[in-house]
Amino acid sequence: MSTEALARPRAGELLQRLGSLREFNLLAIYALLVLSVGAFVGEFLTFGNFREILVSAAILTIVVIGQTPVILTRNIDISVGSVVGITAFVCGDFISNNPTTPTVLVVLMGCAIGLGLGAVNGLLVTVANVPAIMATLGTLYVYRGVDSLIASGKQVSSSTVPSSYASLATSRVAGIPVMVLIAVAIGLVVGLFLRYRRSGRQLYAIGSNPDAAASAGIHSRRLVFATLCFSGLMAGLGGVLWSAQFATVTSDAATGLELQVVAAAVVGGVNVFGGAGTVFGAMLGSLVLATISNALALTRVSQLWLQAIAGAALLLAVTADHVAGRRTLARALNRRREQR
Amino acid sequence: MWRLALAGQILAISVLIAACGDDSSSGGGGGGGSSSEKPSVAFIPKSTDQPYFAAVGVGAQDAAKELGGDYKQVGTAAPSVPDQVRLIGSLAQRRQPVIAVSALDPNAVAPALKQAAATGSKVISYDADVKADARTLFINQASEEGLGVGMAKLMAADLDNKGDYAILSAQITAANQNAWIDWMKKELSKPEYSGMKLVKIAYGNDEAKKSYDEAVSLIQGYPSLKGIICPTPVSLAAAVKALDDLGKKGVKVTGLGFPPADKQLLLTGKVNKYILWSPRQLGYLAYYAAAALQSGKIKGDPGDTFDAGKLGQKEVGENGEVLLGPPLVFTKDNVNDKLSEFATK
Amino acid sequence: MKRVTRELARVSGWELFLIALVVGAIIAGSATSEFFLTETNFRVGVSDFMEIAIMALAMTLIIVAREIDLSVASVFGLASVVLGLLVDGGAPMGVALAAALLTGAVAGAFNGALIVKVGLPSIVVTIGTLAMLRGLGFGLFGTKSVSEFPVWFTDIGIGAVPGTQVPWSFVVFGVLFAIFAVVLHRTYFGRQIYAIGLNAQTARFTGIKVDQIRMALFVVSGLLAAVAAIVYTARVSSVRADNGTGLELQVIAAVLLGGVSIFGGRGSLLGVLLALILVAVLRNVFSLQDIGSEVQDIVIGSLMISAVVLPETLARVRRRLSRHELAGPEPSVETP
Repeated sequence: MSTEALARPRAGELLQRLGSLREFNLLAIYALLVLSVGAFVGEFLTFGNFREILVSAAILTIVVIGQTPVILTRNIDISVGSVVGITAFVCGDFISNNPTTPTVLVVLMGCAIGLGLGAVNGLLVTVANVPAIMATLGTLYVYRGVDSLIASGKQVSSSTVPSSYASLATSRVAGIPVMVLIAVAIGLVVGLFLRYRRSGRQLYAIGSNPDAAASAGIHSRRLVFATLCFSGLMAGLGGVLWSAQFATVTSDAATGLELQVVAAAVVGGVNVFGGAGTVFGAMLGSLVLATISNALALTRVSQLWLQAIAGAALLLAVTADHVAGRRTLARALNRRREQR
Repeated sequence: MWRLALAGQILAISVLIAACGDDSSSGGGGGGGSSSEKPSVAFIPKSTDQPYFAAVGVGAQDAAKELGGDYKQVGTAAPSVPDQVRLIGSLAQRRQPVIAVSALDPNAVAPALKQAAATGSKVISYDADVKADARTLFINQASEEGLGVGMAKLMAADLDNKGDYAILSAQITAANQNAWIDWMKKELSKPEYSGMKLVKIAYGNDEAKKSYDEAVSLIQGYPSLKGIICPTPVSLAAAVKALDDLGKKGVKVTGLGFPPADKQLLLTGKVNKYILWSPRQLGYLAYYAAAALQSGKIKGDPGDTFDAGKLGQKEVGENGEVLLGPPLVFTKDNVNDKLSEFATK
Repeated sequence: MKRVTRELARVSGWELFLIALVVGAIIAGSATSEFFLTETNFRVGVSDFMEIAIMALAMTLIIVAREIDLSVASVFGLASVVLGLLVDGGAPMGVALAAALLTGAVAGAFNGALIVKVGLPSIVVTIGTLAMLRGLGFGLFGTKSVSEFPVWFTDIGIGAVPGTQVPWSFVVFGVLFAIFAVVLHRTYFGRQIYAIGLNAQTARFTGIKVDQIRMALFVVSGLLAAVAAIVYTARVSSVRADNGTGLELQVIAAVLLGGVSIFGGRGSLLGVLLALILVAVLRNVFSLQDIGSEVQDIVIGSLMISAVVLPETLARVRRRLSRHELAGPEPSVETP
């Protein structure tokens, strides 16, 4: 094949390349899901409903954006649920007692707390060499315990949270909720960073082959530390938004969120063993989960079977994505064979 | 092989400790009913973090102070059935004179409570009952019928007896809520409410996010919805917030409300009325009943009466039940006056 | 004496550390409460922990094989739902118990099929089945609650071996522990599990039937979750759809605390046993002092972290010291 032909991809080839994109496959499955549900449930395919899906997915999406770089490096952060819970309470409590504080300051406070908690995880993993799953399992317990101590007997509620703060979750710009815009904006930045900046691409290297990455001179420790800090930061931001969106916060807020976050990332094509996946995929995964929940709640299916169907749908989504991934790999290998 | 041997030795040692360790029953008064002993009651709530149970504790402490007795609250922050069982066992082995429990699972704690009673502790339940043969008294804040019918009637009044309504409950397994819902359904199937239709029962698991998402789906999924009954303060707050956020008008919300958290809802007119009871009085009554039981003044039979301090004379009813009274209806006019009943300190 | 020290030297640093902690906790317990060193306390402290202990046995094998099973609590729930449904429907107890065990095995096989045949990572599959199987329990059981069981069943559940305060559930655990310990540490099957955990690819090349062993491990995990569910139901005489919710984290925490490496191929049931004892003792000591769950969570979390940090720091200090003694005696070979 001549080099000129290689340099000018034709429309057909572009489409083929797009089709082999794992995320595109997921998008196609998603569209299919939406259309088929919409055929049965009238209220599903409305703009208002779709906006609600985006809003209910926003916080999970933000946390998943933070989790993705961690998983890419072959680590995991399961303390995010506790971090969201503790920042949600601390910030909600703070604004309730100091209602005149500008919302921006509280957001920064939440992010700072999350960053600090994430840094603790980072230190444990990079300095003390604790495997990430153990370190974050430990901090999951510790942070939750601290949250209970702080929150014991107290409650943040819609009566105590000023409306200026709560509007963070409800305000819209040009009809699009602010929370969704925040999630999309951060996702774009992080996604571009992972793709086009050297440190971003190095994360993939660390996840694919940690030893090779170290030999190649990549500062793995520093980068992994940064990803854990970032995960905490995103969880902190998620916590602030949590208290703004729901107003009611007790010490058990966001319990179990970590499993949803991992599920969302996996559905979105992020490989749990590291080295593969994109933020765009993870965000899509979060959207898929929220859509399944929403669709099930809208159908007249008995509430008792909701969780079973949601779990089955999750398994189906992961299996489909896995199969799609294998086909992508096979196609890529075939193409390479043809090019010789 | 050495690891196996060591493991086997450890197991054997622990069994030996169990078989030979002496079972000292010294210390702390025996579970007897001597009236010279000061009252000592341990409360096991569903969750130690919930402000509701903190308020119950305040009431119990009020009573303890009046009677010169001991009070303590033990429990876990996250509701956990196995932990309640464990705590009962721990209190029983230390010969705790009276154990009061608000049960997450009425049946699961029964064997442990029976064992506690067998070793001399007196057992009562409060707020949420256990199996009747596992406890002597049940301090009930209001009858299930009173609460279920009460909430149903509030909704009917809000809807003028016609319209579609839904119920947004707590967990699927929540015994209290399920009982109230049964009464709600029974009441609203009466002919005068024939214009009202129950379209769905949703479960918010007493979690802020789940309740909110379910409320949103209810509102989106049933455009003709006119009312939502929320038999738990968590879903009440969530439903109102969802309606606000979606900008949906004309849907009425009522049910169980927790004034310290939900007083704004009444004051700003988002909710007309909601129902609850005084947790402080519940704790107060529970302590007095426990003290009377411990000292032997009552045995828990129907017709027994005891002095309940500021609440006057109280009588034990059918099945060992002591009723606090009818549920309280909160409106914007009376909610601020009643806030002291919910103090958590 | 020399034999004992030589034996002790072969116990890994981690396990020694755990033994020290257990001893420390026991001392703290007896110092702070007169009720600690009593038979009754043994029964109280042990009986509420056996479900986690039983599931930890299977989880150990799974983690050694470099897998994970997050669905154990949901299999637990589903098995107890099946038990409850059959008992409520009037079936003989034996049938109900067999059905519960079968449920566990089938659920485990389902996990295994997705992991082995489809090739999905176990963490992903078991997150999905965690939701699906728990949901299945809710769908089948709903708001129901079953509490009528044959007296002989509940008597065993809360009772002890006659004449002692050793709960029957402890006997069940002891027997299972013996079986698992022998299998993992003394049989070829056990060694194959370690091999798979260290490097599944290599293991396959040496002829080890990796897929079949993995499938077997997940079936066993499901089966043991069902056993734990039966033990629990006998103890509390109650089946609800939410039985066992949240136990998976405690099981995994116990196994990891016991020195089993999350990356597979390393760890022993002795360590897990010590970790189980440690957590049980700590919970017991805290209960006797009426210390709340918040503090317990913080302590257990910190323990998990320090259990890795401390040996790691010690090793680093040892390495630095040995580097300073270039002319000195050979540093001892570190036991894995």
